[in-house]
Amino acid sequence: MLRDSDRIFTNLYGFHDWRLKGAMARGDWNGTKDILAKGRDWIIEEMKNSGLRGRGGAGFPTGVKWSFMPKTEGPRPHYLVINADEGEPGTCKDREMMRFDPHKLIEGALIASFAIGAHAAYIYIRGEFVREAEHLNIAIDEARAAGLLGPNACGSGWDCEVYVHRGAGAYICGEESALIESLEGKKGQPRLKPPFPAGVGLYGCPTTVNNVESIAVAPTILRRGASWFAGLGKPNNTGTKVFCISGHVNTPCNVEEEMGIPLKELIEKHAGGVRGGWDNLLAIIPGGSSVPMLTKQQCEEVTMDFDALRAMRSGLGTAAVMVMDKSTDLVRAIHRLSRFYWHESCGQCTPCREGTGWMSRMMGRMVTGDAELSEIDLLEEISRQIEGHTICALGDAAAWPIQGLIRAFRPEMERRILDRQAKTNAA
Amino acid sequence: MSNHSYEPESFAFTPEYLEKAKAFIAKYPAGRQQSAVMPLLDLAQRQEGWLSRAAMEVIAEMLDMAPIRVEEVATFYTMYNRKPVGKFHVQVCTNLPCMLRGSDDVVAAAKAALGVEFGDMTDDGTFTLSEVECLGACVNAPMMQINDDYYEDLTAESTKAVLEAFKRGEMPKPGPQNGRQFSCPAGGATSLTELKFEGGKA
Repeated sequence: MLRDSDRIFTNLYGFHDWRLKGAMARGDWNGTKDILAKGRDWIIEEMKNSGLRGRGGAGFPTGVKWSFMPKTEGPRPHYLVINADEGEPGTCKDREMMRFDPHKLIEGALIASFAIGAHAAYIYIRGEFVREAEHLNIAIDEARAAGLLGPNACGSGWDCEVYVHRGAGAYICGEESALIESLEGKKGQPRLKPPFPAGVGLYGCPTTVNNVESIAVAPTILRRGASWFAGLGKPNNTGTKVFCISGHVNTPCNVEEEMGIPLKELIEKHAGGVRGGWDNLLAIIPGGSSVPMLTKQQCEEVTMDFDALRAMRSGLGTAAVMVMDKSTDLVRAIHRLSRFYWHESCGQCTPCREGTGWMSRMMGRMVTGDAELSEIDLLEEISRQIEGHTICALGDAAAWPIQGLIRAFRPEMERRILDRQAKTNAA
Repeated sequence: MSNHSYEPESFAFTPEYLEKAKAFIAKYPAGRQQSAVMPLLDLAQRQEGWLSRAAMEVIAEMLDMAPIRVEEVATFYTMYNRKPVGKFHVQVCTNLPCMLRGSDDVVAAAKAALGVEFGDMTDDGTFTLSEVECLGACVNAPMMQINDDYYEDLTAESTKAVLEAFKRGEMPKPGPQNGRQFSCPAGGATSLTELKFEGGKA
């Protein structure tokens, strides 16, 4: 088990003072000037060596992403954009980091901005997180007043401002190019890539978009060294991660653990185990609503990291673990997610706009068995027609839970249809 | 054209809100004032309780935007209320993590306590009840948002208690309603128990 001394988010549960004084007592803003003095190349190299992979879901190496930015600033200014539009069902980690450890994010914003040559960073936070945005704004004001942020931040000679921008309730804005559109004052509809944000991002300028957790862990990594972070977890899946464990466990919670921790251990150590005992487990969605579910047998073996979960045809995603025991109506559960994607489809690409509604309606009938057996294949077929045929990954995310359901629990879907038909015939 | 009798003739920011609006516009680079459309729509909604056509026109003017571009934004995002809502907007999450922890009971309790269905406002204009998608408090499920605050770890009983308190004009304490510490496991932390913060080092 991860030692407390290796945990980064030391105020995850809000037991301590989240303001500047408390944050500094926990080590934030300690020697930031020295880190910046080592220069942009050193910071990016250290981040690469740490092995940190983006914590927003896709798992792209953070240091590599930073290195894509132009080395020198041309006529177009550079921007850092922090994705705090946390909305993937099951995920509630960025919220705790922002309200109880806001200075980790602000310090990280300064360091990342410096590393990519940006003088302005925008934190795009979901609109519903009103209180969390208030904490961020207070933290920014405190840091500015202390000379840690603003002109000549930390005495480094680098000017850096951090701004908070609240969204207004659109899951799709968690997609980086939709987020940029939204930040520009438009509907949040994803852009075609390429060009990628590092070339053409916010206001057409070079932009790096990172998740809250990726930025908030950067100062600690740079203070303690890449080798410390790389020494935790597993090769290619290094470091620590905040997991959100929800659903049918005895004590749902957030917890920072080592990457690669066995899923069963994670649940039993921190979430009090599955409700009714491990044998009462039915299935787990291990990385937020957009990844396929795992069967009980898979849950017994899998470790919580990008590569192991991918090998099981699922994904680490946002590390939001949703546990479902045997009382769960799995078809209803996946139908609920289908409704979500239908609601959140931005309407830009036809396969997603039309397909998410079609799938949701069909899934609604699957819940009661009011369908033909052949419609299970049709549902799968529709999902394949959406997957990979849209500008952004929302279409894929809508398709995968249904594919996962059919793959693992097709007999249950068939049973409902046959039961319903038998009842109809009997009547 | 449908008859929107509730649409006012005109809108103006109060001096206090106008100052806030200017501060928002200043957060974005010169010439990029359109970026402030979301914060300004939010301000107008906070001032009036909802977002009228007149308010959108004023904002379009302030930001040098075509009114249709403002309306596009106002109708794309779910948090902008294009018709009046109650003084307290009760938004119940029914997405999967909340469903698994009993949001059906929370929904039933909220409907019973307020006497309305989803999408409706109480006759006295005090409450509007809405069903919403994931609000990002999943380890504290089931939950609901009332105006700017989250009420978490709900049961049918605590849902009723919170709403009855609002009815009496009280402001119940937000956060977990079962006494736990935010997202820490109920019954006690399984991590972060051994740290001492001294001398500025964690």
